Amino acid sequence: MTGSKRQSVPGLYIHIPFCVSKCDYCNFYSVTDCSKIPIFIECLLNEIELYKNYFDRFDTVYLGGGTPSILNPKQLGIILDEVHKYFLILEDAEITCEVNPGDLSLNYLHSLHDMGINRLSIGVQSFDDDLLTFLGRRHSASEAMNALDNSRKAGFENIGFDLIYGIPGQNLKSWEKDLHQALSFESEHISCYELTLEGDTPLAFKYTNGDISLPDNEMLYKLFIETSEFLEDAGYIHYEVSNFARNINLQSRHNQKYWDHTSYLGIGPAAHSFLKNKRWWNHRSLDHYTGDVKERRPPIGGREGLTLKQLRDEALYLGLRTRKGIHLKDFLMRYNCDLLREKKEIIKRLTEDHLIEIHNGTLQPTVKGLALADSIYREL
Amino acid sequence: MEHIRNFSIIAHIDHGKSTLADRLIQSSGIINERNFKNQILDTMDIERERGITIKSQAITIPYQARDGQNYKLNLIDTPGHVDFSYEVSRALASCEGVLLLVDAAQGVQAQTVANLYMAMEHDLEIIPVINKIDLPAANVEEVMEQIDSELGLDPYSSITCSAKEGIGIEDILEAIVEKIPPPKGIESDPLTALIFDAHYDDFRGTIVHCRIFDGSLKPGDIIRFMYNDTKYKIEEVGYFSLAREKKDSLRAGDVGYIIAGIKTVSDVHIGDTMTLDKNPCSQPLPGFKEVKPVVFASIYPISSDDYAELSDSLDKYKLNDASFTYQKDSSSALGQGFRCGFLGLLHLDIVQERIEREYGISILFSVPSVKYRFTLTDGQIIFIDNPTYYPGAAAIAKGEEPYIRATMMFPERYTGPVMKLCRDKRGENSILNYPSPGRAELVFEMPLAEVITDFYDRIKTITQGYGSFDYDFIDYRESELTLLDILVNGEKVDALSQIVHRNRARERGLFACERLREEIPRQMFKIAIQGAIGGQIISRTTISPFRKDVTAKCYGGDITRKRKLLEKQKKGKMKMKTVGSVAIPQSAFLAVLKSDANS
Repeated sequence: MTGSKRQSVPGLYIHIPFCVSKCDYCNFYSVTDCSKIPIFIECLLNEIELYKNYFDRFDTVYLGGGTPSILNPKQLGIILDEVHKYFLILEDAEITCEVNPGDLSLNYLHSLHDMGINRLSIGVQSFDDDLLTFLGRRHSASEAMNALDNSRKAGFENIGFDLIYGIPGQNLKSWEKDLHQALSFESEHISCYELTLEGDTPLAFKYTNGDISLPDNEMLYKLFIETSEFLEDAGYIHYEVSNFARNINLQSRHNQKYWDHTSYLGIGPAAHSFLKNKRWWNHRSLDHYTGDVKERRPPIGGREGLTLKQLRDEALYLGLRTRKGIHLKDFLMRYNCDLLREKKEIIKRLTEDHLIEIHNGTLQPTVKGLALADSIYREL
Repeated sequence: MEHIRNFSIIAHIDHGKSTLADRLIQSSGIINERNFKNQILDTMDIERERGITIKSQAITIPYQARDGQNYKLNLIDTPGHVDFSYEVSRALASCEGVLLLVDAAQGVQAQTVANLYMAMEHDLEIIPVINKIDLPAANVEEVMEQIDSELGLDPYSSITCSAKEGIGIEDILEAIVEKIPPPKGIESDPLTALIFDAHYDDFRGTIVHCRIFDGSLKPGDIIRFMYNDTKYKIEEVGYFSLAREKKDSLRAGDVGYIIAGIKTVSDVHIGDTMTLDKNPCSQPLPGFKEVKPVVFASIYPISSDDYAELSDSLDKYKLNDASFTYQKDSSSALGQGFRCGFLGLLHLDIVQERIEREYGISILFSVPSVKYRFTLTDGQIIFIDNPTYYPGAAAIAKGEEPYIRATMMFPERYTGPVMKLCRDKRGENSILNYPSPGRAELVFEMPLAEVITDFYDRIKTITQGYGSFDYDFIDYRESELTLLDILVNGEKVDALSQIVHRNRARERGLFACERLREEIPRQMFKIAIQGAIGGQIISRTTISPFRKDVTAKCYGGDITRKRKLLEKQKKGKMKMKTVGSVAIPQSAFLAVLKSDANS
């Protein structure tokens, strides 16, 4: 399905750096001053044009944030029109928009659908109002449920949503309740993230202050395994550490590009791009970003050229995060590294411990292995 | 010669020796307030931080006494720790008198007594000085009583002072002139000079510190070191002022230095006698002893890339420390390293700190060992200071270990716990004295191996800082010895192997396992830690694996960040030693090494 031809087509990421309010756990780049939306859009359109000679086609477009659904349909439409103006978006392209449940009226959803967005990623996070408040989310559980129902009504056939586990106050039982609720929408895709403390977030500050405590390692493991078993029993494929899809075609094609070194172009503040062995990223500051674009300069904040060794390490690290795993021959060809030979001992040990399996020339982590992907990477 | 006084200050650790030395130097006016650095004689950072003088130092203090005459007061500073008592004895042999410094709050301590005995052995004039009289806890009367009853000195001859506050300094200087006899010696006799220290100078090579007893010497003379019968041509002689002060000659009674193109301090033996080659003295001065290390441990660079650099820095360090020995060693667990000999555990600490601080190399130590004597079944006698060369139980007819006589002094109320500690350390033949009311002196014979880990620290802790400790070597005694190995996931960590008394093996094994369990971070595999004697497992523990270690999100912007983080972690892991596929942090080795089974 994901043949080499498709893999070679790059993806486009568009970062919409606005939020009505910031969530306590989030460290993605966003600002709450919405008066800057018009100037941002103007610059974004200019930035898209800047790359017209460097990229010609995309087969995925991903509107992320921030909160893309803070923009009205007209604004989103202008952005997508500009994309179509300079690039060929393949006919069966996956066009995803991240949306906040509180923004999703039926009308709004119809508009998104009409402008060609064919996949939604809804930031549900939890079906428990107390936990939503704890996370600093501005929507309620019932809004989330309505949003999911409305999305289907508006004609979306590829709906995904995010949940978070490992929240203080949550236990195995209440998490199971969330998962049960999740199943009822028969969505195509579910992401379940362990709550992660990111530096410089209110939540991290509370933690270092001793105001909150997080579940211990064993508990997190149980939550992880429970999630995997529960959703796989219900027919989902646990295809990446935190991602589940109804079937192989419903796995996020855009995210897959991040994980297998396919090229991607990121536009908007703080967005990252990758091409062959180069990675660059835009300024993590809206003013800095708009300043550069207005001067017709690429708003690039930094760049790096990756050595073969670094590419190898990334491929290993990212590959271990997916159930598809690492195709050993492909890995040898691309990164000049014969894992089976070079890491014979440790692979043997990992296999004996049922953390990885070797199937048809592919090194694949088991679910237990996914839970230890970072450690396994360090061993390899 | 009438105007020379050679003296030393002896004291228990922290009784204010260095501060007093500073004041005496300051009073001479050879140094001004502006460039005055406290504790001038302690030139190394470590010395200043720990308050312990490691190397002997000397300085000539010019002083105009109340009688209107100008005197040359030669102060020879002495190291202040049990590890360095031979150096102290050689410094004292160079003097005619000492200031015996006693802390007005703490009173007479074990090292005060030990130092007094040493001064008496050298027939020195002893001036008791009670320091720190400004302290609220100072009790001058009680200390005077102790001086009478414990030291047998005339308490009314003592001078009270506060070196810190500069009180009583003048009285001390006058007492030095009045009470300490001038050196006796015959300048026309053949040269007899005692080497009491040596240090290394990057530009001039070895600087020999000496005391001239008879005769004289000047640049151009050919001198001979009597112990190893080597000859050098003198390039320069002089006094120790704040810097070296070049002179035409050194004469009987003088304390000074010579420079003679000597490459390393190891070419010079402290305590050796120096004479003139063409007109030698008939016999060397008494008291010479070759200093031999008593504690042995291997050093490994944490990163094997640092091996060459470590080798280099040991070469450099050795230039200035003749009592330190080292030779190549290798460990299957830790790679290439060096087997080193030390005078004691403090000496080991100092070497570690200097290597890490001055040369910037992180190092690991193996468990320290003493030198054991084994009589093999074929009658051969061998000495073993490295567990790697343990001959194996079947080949041994008899094992012996070095014993010491340990002297401890402490307030009487701590007698019980100190006794217990000594018995736990296999101490025997105890003698308990009460030299004065409320104070106990305890003498035990015990294996040196028991005191090289943390005995001194334990005494300090048990007695809440009041206890003191000194020791001397007695002899080798028969002992049931065995080799304890530590295994991680079935693989021997040879740096943790130790030769131990059979009765100690189990607790040592347990202790090592426990410490490793605490220090080795959980990993994704189960880690088994075992103690073994000759293949038989005597203790075991396991570290259960953690089961979740994965970043939740990894999308476009996260990848670079994550890669950098993981690169950093991988580097950190490379700094750890891997045994049985387990990365063991330096702290784990230290934890096993530092503390004892009873703590």
